[in-house]
Amino acid sequence: MITSFLFYAFSLILVLAALGVITSRNPVHSALFLVLSFVQSALLWLLLEAEFLAVVLILVYVGAVMVLFLFVVMMLDVGIEEVKEGFTRYLPVGVLVAIIVVAEIVYIIWYRGQDIFSVVLPEPYPETYSNTQALGGLLYTEHVYAFELAAVILLLAIVAAISLTMRQRPGLKIQSIAQQVAVKREDRVRLVKVDPSEDR
Amino acid sequence: MIVTVTHYLVLAAVLFSLSVAGIFINRKNVILLLMCIELMLLAVNFNFITFSRMLGDELGQIFVFFILTVAAAESAIGLAILVVLFRTRQSINVEELNSLKG
Amino acid sequence: MEGIYLAIVLAPLIAAITVGLFGNQVGRAGAHWITILGVGISFALSLFVLKGIVFDGVPVFNETIYRWATVGDLSMEIGFLIDHLTALMIAVVTFVSLTVHIYTIGYMHDDDGYQRFFSYISLFTFAMLMLVMSNNFLQLFFGWEAVGVVSYLLIGFWFKRETAIFANMKAFLVNRVGDFGFLLGIATILMFTGSLDYYQVFALAGNLSEETIQIFPGTEWSVLSLACICLFVGAMGKSAQMPLHVWLPDSMEGPTPISALIHAATMVTAGIFMVARMSPLFEYSQTALSVVLVIGATTAIFTGLLGIVQQDIKRVVAYSTLSQLGYMTVALGASAYAASIFHLMTHAFFKALLFLAAGSVIIALHHEQDIRKMGGLKKYMPITYWTALIGTLALVGFPGFSGFFSKDALIEVVHLSTTPGAHYAYWCVLLGVFVTALYSFRMFFIVFHGEERIDPHAKKTLKESPAVITVPLIMLAVPSVLIGWFTIGPVLFGEFFNDSIFVLQDPGVVAQLGQEFHGPLTFIAHAATSSVTLYMVLAGALTAWFLYLKRPDLPGRFRERFALFYKVLDNKYYFDWFNEIVISKNIRLLASLFWRIGDEVLIDGIVVNGTAQTIRLFSRLIRTLQSGYLYHYAFAMIIGLAVILGWLVFSY
Repeated sequence: MITSFLFYAFSLILVLAALGVITSRNPVHSALFLVLSFVQSALLWLLLEAEFLAVVLILVYVGAVMVLFLFVVMMLDVGIEEVKEGFTRYLPVGVLVAIIVVAEIVYIIWYRGQDIFSVVLPEPYPETYSNTQALGGLLYTEHVYAFELAAVILLLAIVAAISLTMRQRPGLKIQSIAQQVAVKREDRVRLVKVDPSEDR
Repeated sequence: MIVTVTHYLVLAAVLFSLSVAGIFINRKNVILLLMCIELMLLAVNFNFITFSRMLGDELGQIFVFFILTVAAAESAIGLAILVVLFRTRQSINVEELNSLKG
Repeated sequence: MEGIYLAIVLAPLIAAITVGLFGNQVGRAGAHWITILGVGISFALSLFVLKGIVFDGVPVFNETIYRWATVGDLSMEIGFLIDHLTALMIAVVTFVSLTVHIYTIGYMHDDDGYQRFFSYISLFTFAMLMLVMSNNFLQLFFGWEAVGVVSYLLIGFWFKRETAIFANMKAFLVNRVGDFGFLLGIATILMFTGSLDYYQVFALAGNLSEETIQIFPGTEWSVLSLACICLFVGAMGKSAQMPLHVWLPDSMEGPTPISALIHAATMVTAGIFMVARMSPLFEYSQTALSVVLVIGATTAIFTGLLGIVQQDIKRVVAYSTLSQLGYMTVALGASAYAASIFHLMTHAFFKALLFLAAGSVIIALHHEQDIRKMGGLKKYMPITYWTALIGTLALVGFPGFSGFFSKDALIEVVHLSTTPGAHYAYWCVLLGVFVTALYSFRMFFIVFHGEERIDPHAKKTLKESPAVITVPLIMLAVPSVLIGWFTIGPVLFGEFFNDSIFVLQDPGVVAQLGQEFHGPLTFIAHAATSSVTLYMVLAGALTAWFLYLKRPDLPGRFRERFALFYKVLDNKYYFDWFNEIVISKNIRLLASLFWRIGDEVLIDGIVVNGTAQTIRLFSRLIRTLQSGYLYHYAFAMIIGLAVILGWLVFSY
């Protein structure tokens, strides 16, 4: 009973937060609403006994990705009014499409898959069950190649993000290592013959 | 009023539809578009986790794990592009970005 | 032995490539030394091979040297077939080629394209050897086309002359007509036998003669006749038989050594050789033989007549070549392949000799070719005179000279032949003897006897040609006189060609004649007593003497009297006129029709530009979809998603 109550509470906040994300006039507010919806999702995932992913969602998304979002939003300093201009122009279309999509999905869930989907969630796992251990067991054995691939994708993202945002400023004093290595004696030392008698 | 699989699925559907509507509404702001995509992925993740729970198979959660990884990478690169874009055009207004017009 | 055969073929090729590509490095002297060495090696080895085949009884060599490609069951190979026929041909080809190489040193002495010329004639030798040594149709075709290409290059050797360019283009085009037939013939054979190898095809010849093919609905054609006639069309092109003979006289635009080598002694005989080689096929087709016979006979007499009115020394010899090729073709048609090849061989010697003699005259008079500006050259150029006399006597078939043996035997076998059309052919070749004697001695008398009409400027420096020119003349004069004595018995009537030539009729016409043959001397005696040919020769010679030495005013009066006849001859029976006005013009008309409608409207207009235009039209419509706005694309995606979802949901 308590889980049902929690589910409805979290769901309500989640939906409201999502609404807030898409309707806020200020992008900073949108980002904060998104943080809220992530937190609610994490809570819901806990209800689904996906503890590891819930923690990851908080750590990675709320802790890293959303901070990045906020950082960019604030750094870019986008004018609110400028961006929100014509806010309502496509609202009917958006609402219509959303309604169609939701209608289709609900139709499937409610009418076509009643017998499949109305199953009650199974009994909770025993206390000895560790979600993290189970995931780790799968990830490091059967899906280890995919896991490696994910690591490569993250590396790619790092390299891409850095190389995209790095900029060459003119007038920056830096070393040219190739030039330094390739230097010859003639470039540095000039031998001048000095006639001592002429000095006078 | 016991919570069934259907409840979770409908929640995911609502979340998904909201993000779809968000793309329409916030069409001009690229940052918000990215946020809506994050929301959309979240809705999908909901489905995966729900089914994983229902079937007692952790493979669904493995999928979510990878989706999170790729989404994180995607938003990092997307934001980097956004920064570069803003640096060159002093704007992230999507309506000004029509160099690809045929 | 394989190495020797390869060396025969490759020595001239290597020489040609060396001189052709590194002409500047090897220099003029290097050019002629290298090529003469190459051809010399070939000639020496050819003699060795001939000796081996004839005297030592070396068995027939028929092997594949190299497999070029395999397509399904068909394998394309390079291989050699060395039997008596081939051995004889390579010996003749390399000998004539060698003399021509030597002669060229003198003839082309002042020419800028010295190295190029040597490269070409060596290349030609290679191509001709490939042709005659081939053991399959593909290689035969390769050699066939290769000699055609070299001939094209050499006719247009002096490419700054417009007439030379015209002539080589004409030769090339006329040969294309023939080659097209040739290719069709090969294709027919391939289609019905599935093989390109000579021996495999010959083995199936008997079966092939039973089969028929429908080319036009409702007409049954014998496959073998069709194939043979198609092959013969190729021979008509290369061996200049009517009506594809028109290129040969014009080919005289090339330098004289080439006229001797290609357009008299070797390349033009490729057709004759080919038909002789294909004797197992032709023998089964009476129709094809008849066609060969009639075309040969027509060529023999009518081109001979043209020789009488020509004023260009080389053209006279060219028409005589045409006429003699007609003789050879007649013999082929009469199933007397041996007689044809025999005449081919003797003709190669004396015709090369005549050409080189004509060249000697031409070069002595500083490239003057008009016989009206010659005369009385006997006392200035004795060696040329005597060798030319030998050549002329051999050509007309004076008893004892090589031409006599071959031509007399040839006429006799035509007389004996039972091929349909043999009567017509017999009368043609018989009259041809008279005509041959008439034009040969006409030219001979006008050039070497009679009053001197030489340009005074040229007369100052007029003298006998240098040794490099006269030595080849003598080299060729010797076989022109003697070769008939030695070879008529074994080559013509012996069993020389038994391994390469097949005659269906038993005994064949040559063998029938051979039964009455008891040595060359009795052959001469027989000709003197019971044959009319000798009297035809004498009559021709006397007529020439009377008309051009005794009463030089008479030809002019004849010309006025028989103006129409003369006009026809002077215009070469209007063949060129017909080709240019009727064929070329209509083809050009047709071509421009295809060009204007087929190419410009259909292909360029509709297919190529039409495609582009349609794409441009659609693109113009579709580009409006590409607004460039990110959210438009996002919308499109999402709407698409909704639609696909709807389709999935409601379709089942």
